[in-house]
Amino acid sequence: MPLINSPSLAPVVVDEDKCIADKGCTVCVDVCPLDILRISDLTGKAFMKYDECWYCMPCEADCPTGAVTVSIPYLLR
Amino acid sequence: MDEIQTGHTSVECDVLVIGGGTAGPMAAYKAKRRNPKARVILLEKANVKRSGAISMGMDGLNNAVVPGYATPEQYTKEITIANDGICDQAPVYKYASRCFDIIQELDSFGIRFQKTENGDFDVKKVHHLGAYVLPMPNGDTVKKALYRQLRRERILISNRFMATRLLTGADGEIAGAIAVNTRSAEFLTIRAKAVILCLGAAGRLGLPQSGYLWGTYENAANSGDGYAMAFHAGAALANLECYQINPLIKDYNGPACAYVAGPFGAYTTNAEGNRFIECDYWSGQMMQEFYDELQSGKGPVFLKLNHLHEDTIGQIETILHNVERPSRGRFHAGRGTDYRRKMVEMHISEIGFCSGHSASGVFVDEFARTTVKGLYAAGDMASVPHNYMLGAFTNGAIAGEDAADFAKEIDLPAHDAEDFERERKRVLAPTLRGDGIPPNQIEYKTRRLVNDYLQPPKVTTKMRLAQQRFAEIREDLEHNMVVRDSHELMRALEASSILDCAEMAATASLFRTESRWGLYHNRVDYPEKNDADWFCHTLLQKSEGRMVCSKRAVAPYIVPIEDDERSAYDRQRIRQQA
Repeated sequence: MPLINSPSLAPVVVDEDKCIADKGCTVCVDVCPLDILRISDLTGKAFMKYDECWYCMPCEADCPTGAVTVSIPYLLR
Repeated sequence: MDEIQTGHTSVECDVLVIGGGTAGPMAAYKAKRRNPKARVILLEKANVKRSGAISMGMDGLNNAVVPGYATPEQYTKEITIANDGICDQAPVYKYASRCFDIIQELDSFGIRFQKTENGDFDVKKVHHLGAYVLPMPNGDTVKKALYRQLRRERILISNRFMATRLLTGADGEIAGAIAVNTRSAEFLTIRAKAVILCLGAAGRLGLPQSGYLWGTYENAANSGDGYAMAFHAGAALANLECYQINPLIKDYNGPACAYVAGPFGAYTTNAEGNRFIECDYWSGQMMQEFYDELQSGKGPVFLKLNHLHEDTIGQIETILHNVERPSRGRFHAGRGTDYRRKMVEMHISEIGFCSGHSASGVFVDEFARTTVKGLYAAGDMASVPHNYMLGAFTNGAIAGEDAADFAKEIDLPAHDAEDFERERKRVLAPTLRGDGIPPNQIEYKTRRLVNDYLQPPKVTTKMRLAQQRFAEIREDLEHNMVVRDSHELMRALEASSILDCAEMAATASLFRTESRWGLYHNRVDYPEKNDADWFCHTLLQKSEGRMVCSKRAVAPYIVPIEDDERSAYDRQRIRQQA
């Protein structure tokens, strides 16, 4: 049987104007305990790839440019 | 990134520490300080900078034994009583005697603890009997301070490697571990003379009521891998039926009252705004009262702060919204909850294994040694009851020092080369299938059944049904699970640990045919505490591929408990309400 994807609202949002991943920064990707962030091949910016967020916030706290915002996953709000 | 690649590297060391959260960094640091010539490797499946239960920090010490406020004897007595008497006191006493040195050492690392105007540590009373709670005003710096020490001691850190199985030698002694890279699926064999397991709680066992798999009380990375690996290596696990269940803010996975807001005057109430428990310290007996109130006509349960002064509430907010779980303020803002105006609805957490808060862990003695030669455990996953963050630091230190001494005296043990091939085959099996069940569904189903059948009140028939259903899931996990990249492979391996833990939870709970530890092991069909038959530890071990349980006598007490003290934690409910 084939696999299908079901959509989720992403709690981790990256402001692409502020994100400097295209200049080599990987801080948010490095610090995430669940390893759910990646750098996009298309945009060169960080994004939330896997819906596995503990909303702990190192990605936001450690981002050098304040580009990352963590909100509460919708199911918990 | 994330493509599955083939590759295998082998390294050797004296002491391998697995898990870079709280206990692990301290174990590695102390092993290296004890023997600077030793090669010490710290392995972590995330990144040591921000991994583990204290990823963002910690708002205080829950169990500080500070001279002038408490004695090791007093603390040992308190924990023995809180744990219903089932307590080997030697490791608790050793922790209590050693932890003040560790506090001072952490202070020297730059982790500051709250002091009074006179310069004394500002210890607060939360427990039933003694005072052990010490706030940490800059608790958000814990991980950074630890990381600095690891760099200074030149500890070899391997991030993004997930250990999957331990290696053992001809006589069952520890010989190292096998790990897989979480971003490339490449293998790493680490041969070691001693291994220290510091992999945290089995926190992804029950399913949070929100239905969000990742909204667990424990850091969701703590999927019980240490419990599973210890089991497969032949180590004994103690009192797994003494689950962790915690009082939390409803739908949010942050704790609420006891240790932070409690000392400021906040407390737990029912819907009528009345107290119903004497003491907010987390024990199984307290959780039973909490559960009863939730189920009663006076439920649900609330955290009450709206009687406090504005300045006090401001202080509490500053701590709760900034240190340990800083997304809490956003959660409250989203619902329009203001501590000044409304009581905060509370609920109970999903179940897990965690000695940090209860007593379910890999059995260890006062040197943090497990029952497998050369294998140590510390922190939330080791059996020292109620040991919290300071227990992870202190017992991690004890493990590191003893492991360094042990490793100095022996040669590197050999292991069977076929063990690696067997493990590689097991790990990679889901990557070789073109079609099948994804790991997130295997995990969801396991955890949903944990909620349906294993969470207390525990019922014999339900737990037997759980065992049948888990066996069906195991068939799927071993023969039909499919993964598409190395990240999913990590989740698949975690799903395997979670299923192992679920089966262990059922097996251990069925073995103990009595009720004990309040809600943690409330067996409806054996409702009474039965000291004649069950005043003992239960040990669960692997024997010929199966889970086998046995009893182990509680070691003779070092600190005597008077008869009238034994039941102090049984008297939690307020009888006469004002």
